[in-house]
Amino acid sequence: GEMLAAAALLLLLAAAGPGRAQRDALREELLLSPLPAGDMAATFQFRTRWDADLQRGAVSHYRLFPKALGRLVAALGVRELHLALTQGFWRTQAWGQPPLQAPAGAELWVWFQPTVTDVDKAWKELSNILSGIFCASLNFIDSTNTVTPTASFKPLGLANGTDHHLLRYAVLPREVVCTENLTPWKKLLPCGSKAGLAVLLKAERLFHSSYHSQAVHIRPICRDASCLAVSWELRQTLTVVFDTFTSGQGKKDWSLFRMFSRTLTDACPLASQSRVYVDISPKNKEKELLEVTPPPASVHEAIVQGDKKIYAVYDLLSPSLFNTSRSLNVQLKWKRPQDSSDLPTPVLHAQRYVSGYGLQTGEISTLIYNTHPYRAFPVILLETVPWYLRLYAHTLTIITKGKENKPSYIHYQPAQDRRRPHLLEMLIQLPANSVTKITIQFERALLKWTEYPPDPNHGFYVGSSVLSALVPSVIAMKDADVEQSPLFTSLFPSSDGSSYFVRLYTEPLLVNLPTPDFSMPYNVICLTCTVVAVCYGSFYNLLTRTFHVEEPSRGGLAKRLANIIRKFRGVPPL
Amino acid sequence: MAAPLVLVVLVAVTVRAALYRSSLAAFISERVEVASPLNAWKRVVEGLALLDLGVSPYSGAVFHETPLIIYLFHFLIEYAELVFMITDVLTAVALYLAIQDFNKVVFKKQKLLIELDKYAPDVAELIRTPMEMHYIPLKVALFYLLNPYTVMSCVAKSTCAINNTVIAFFVLATIKGSAFLSAVFLALATYQSLYPLTLFAPALLYLLQRQFIPVKLKSKSFWLYTMQYAALYLCSLVVIICLSFFLLNSWDFIPSIYGFILSVPDLTPNIGLFWYFFAEMFEHFSLFFVCVFQINVFFYTIPLAIKLKEHPMFFMFVQLAIISIFKSYPTVGDVALYMAFLPVWSHLYRFLRNIFILSCVLIVCSLLFPVLWHLWIYAGSANSNFYYAITLTFNIGQILLISDYFYAFLRREYYLTHGLHLTRQDGTEAMLVLK
Repeated sequence: GEMLAAAALLLLLAAAGPGRAQRDALREELLLSPLPAGDMAATFQFRTRWDADLQRGAVSHYRLFPKALGRLVAALGVRELHLALTQGFWRTQAWGQPPLQAPAGAELWVWFQPTVTDVDKAWKELSNILSGIFCASLNFIDSTNTVTPTASFKPLGLANGTDHHLLRYAVLPREVVCTENLTPWKKLLPCGSKAGLAVLLKAERLFHSSYHSQAVHIRPICRDASCLAVSWELRQTLTVVFDTFTSGQGKKDWSLFRMFSRTLTDACPLASQSRVYVDISPKNKEKELLEVTPPPASVHEAIVQGDKKIYAVYDLLSPSLFNTSRSLNVQLKWKRPQDSSDLPTPVLHAQRYVSGYGLQTGEISTLIYNTHPYRAFPVILLETVPWYLRLYAHTLTIITKGKENKPSYIHYQPAQDRRRPHLLEMLIQLPANSVTKITIQFERALLKWTEYPPDPNHGFYVGSSVLSALVPSVIAMKDADVEQSPLFTSLFPSSDGSSYFVRLYTEPLLVNLPTPDFSMPYNVICLTCTVVAVCYGSFYNLLTRTFHVEEPSRGGLAKRLANIIRKFRGVPPL
Repeated sequence: MAAPLVLVVLVAVTVRAALYRSSLAAFISERVEVASPLNAWKRVVEGLALLDLGVSPYSGAVFHETPLIIYLFHFLIEYAELVFMITDVLTAVALYLAIQDFNKVVFKKQKLLIELDKYAPDVAELIRTPMEMHYIPLKVALFYLLNPYTVMSCVAKSTCAINNTVIAFFVLATIKGSAFLSAVFLALATYQSLYPLTLFAPALLYLLQRQFIPVKLKSKSFWLYTMQYAALYLCSLVVIICLSFFLLNSWDFIPSIYGFILSVPDLTPNIGLFWYFFAEMFEHFSLFFVCVFQINVFFYTIPLAIKLKEHPMFFMFVQLAIISIFKSYPTVGDVALYMAFLPVWSHLYRFLRNIFILSCVLIVCSLLFPVLWHLWIYAGSANSNFYYAITLTFNIGQILLISDYFYAFLRREYYLTHGLHLTRQDGTEAMLVLK
């Protein structure tokens, strides 16, 4: 009896053995790129890759992969999850093409597995759970701000066919990002904020910036080149742009300490790779204008977004890095004054604005610039407009170089009041060196008084529109191995070496709606019911009463009393 | 009588054509008093554009017109201005012919009642003469065509004009005595805007009167005729709705049109009472008050039918006015329709009590609507309460106008049967009160 029980226990342990042998690996990376106007962009990426299949088999032993997210993916049948919380706006014209852009506010897009039967229910549960994990008001995501794009968001990981009914996309432009959202994000990292690159993530410095974007991307990837098994990848990225002027000092020299008020002391012990890349590419083929101290151990060349770039590499895991000093404080000095005229023009950038006056109608205009000198390429534009701005599709005009430009694909889903927003997706061909203007007119609706936010005259936000394009690159790019190349080059899969994928977001819009008087509900109900009652009363009288000749009344009590007094006075009676 | 009518029609068409070519056309099309979410021309164009994009026009919340309108304008979109001018002319001509026939009926009935000695001896000045009734049809056509409300409605290309035409043809068919045509036009009018359902009662009463069938609940012929008319009406309605289904192969249009009219989800300001009321309503009571307001439109039909069963045309006039005032998305085009009937009751002028004040109220409110709208929406110096107040005043003016005419009508009827110079028992002059 006992022997049998012990044997059974040993067998169980042996069976559970393979579960424990699933490998997971953490790579962390910091990319520092000086921006043309003197600002400094820092992009952190933490990538946990786990060779387990979250969908099948009960996985119970979590090591580096956070249990909250793992259980979420398994329980709700999520295939891909992308959540970004952003404050500020990436100025493409001044700062160049962004490595990873996110729209202002909160953005969540999710691909579900084909096995999920009720996608809307899973979506609702997912947004509520994420709202709890990240302390963000993602629970405000409901059918009035969720859309199902058909062309703009293809899966970034392994995909087995793309039925777009399994995709959901929502943007909350009004969402504010603060320390409360950073703390749970940092807690998901294997080392937390205690070791490695994450020690630099101090809230007081990160939010004192022009642009702050933190994101979580979960997707399935091939385990190896033969792609017979699936691994799950969790990427946490944080992009922050520090402004020259907020730092106070006149000089534009940067250092890690100046940006983050901390320096790097060691690598995360759980990380298999921990590197700092500094972009020292020369502009306009001149000699370097940046001097980096301490001198880097190696230099890496890569073609990123069609441009050849040179990076200085600091490997935190190499023992020679911390030989001279206990901490690493990368410093960048400008060798010569920055010439403001060599602002690079990004190949694709866009702007959006609202025009019109008054609170009745308006017009949304989007300008898309293609500055490539000789190549034309198509771009997919996705616009999500809330239902209370009633778009008129017959007023949609697309004009390029003075002529009308017909899109080759339009998918328009009109809004339903209080149920779903407008969805407009178009594939527009952008000729070389041109500006395309897309305008559409709308009417503003009057909402019920309870549907206005507490500050109704602030206005209502319209989420950013999304532009997705395969931009042709001047320099051919080799297909690099995902595992060997730096993380910042490998989020978007590239189909061939001649173009790179870019996803841009335009500005969110702020639109005012006419408001009723919020102090008046009782008064309005009374007055309107009075008018209806006037009609009812008049008609009631006319319908139920008939005309009679008036009979003289003999007088009431008052009249008789008056007559008695008059008799005493000797005056004729009434 | 044809020549003056042709002259009036020419003047009306000229005025409309001149306004179409001027810059006022765009301004008038945007006015919320003239174009409501149900009948704005912009939305008809939007619906046709959605159809071109391959999306059902009823999948959004912008288009609330009937499929027959889609069908009509699919072919006539190039000639839209001409279509609306022709509909106005047709309405005026239909009303002209209808009132001409109606006057003949009134005169015949009056002659019959005089011969039967139903009238009191001293009411000679109340009896109507053919001379005085000669110009009434022309005045009706004039009132309709040259009413600023109608002109604005036509220039804005609001489909309310088409609804008015259908109702005018319905009135013409009813007065001519054709039950079939009357039922068909009534079905078309109900199909487009639901509320003309209440005009079933006055039409039925008129046709019964014309067939000399007395209105008694026990009479078999009364029920037979009623069933016939109701069957004609319901069958036409079912046929039209099924035709609409086959046009776009879906029943989507039913919640989009009738659900929209009944549940009032769109709170765009207009000249009616609903929008601000439901903008400020507590959510808990919303359904209750929607039901109350909708019942209010249909509620007066039975009491009016009982009181005015001898006078079905006046009943039709009062019912049209009630629809125009209390419907969920009224516009000035609806007001123009019942105002066109006012010359028919011009003989009641001496009994109207407040006509001067009410005309002033209506004119001043019409002038203040665009002013206060501009101050609220464009200048930002007023708020919604200002526009709402003018809405209230305008509706009170309309309500009191109708009840004034009703009072005058009933008073004249009393005088006709009891004599003009009423004396009390002791011989002094008497006062007439409503008790």
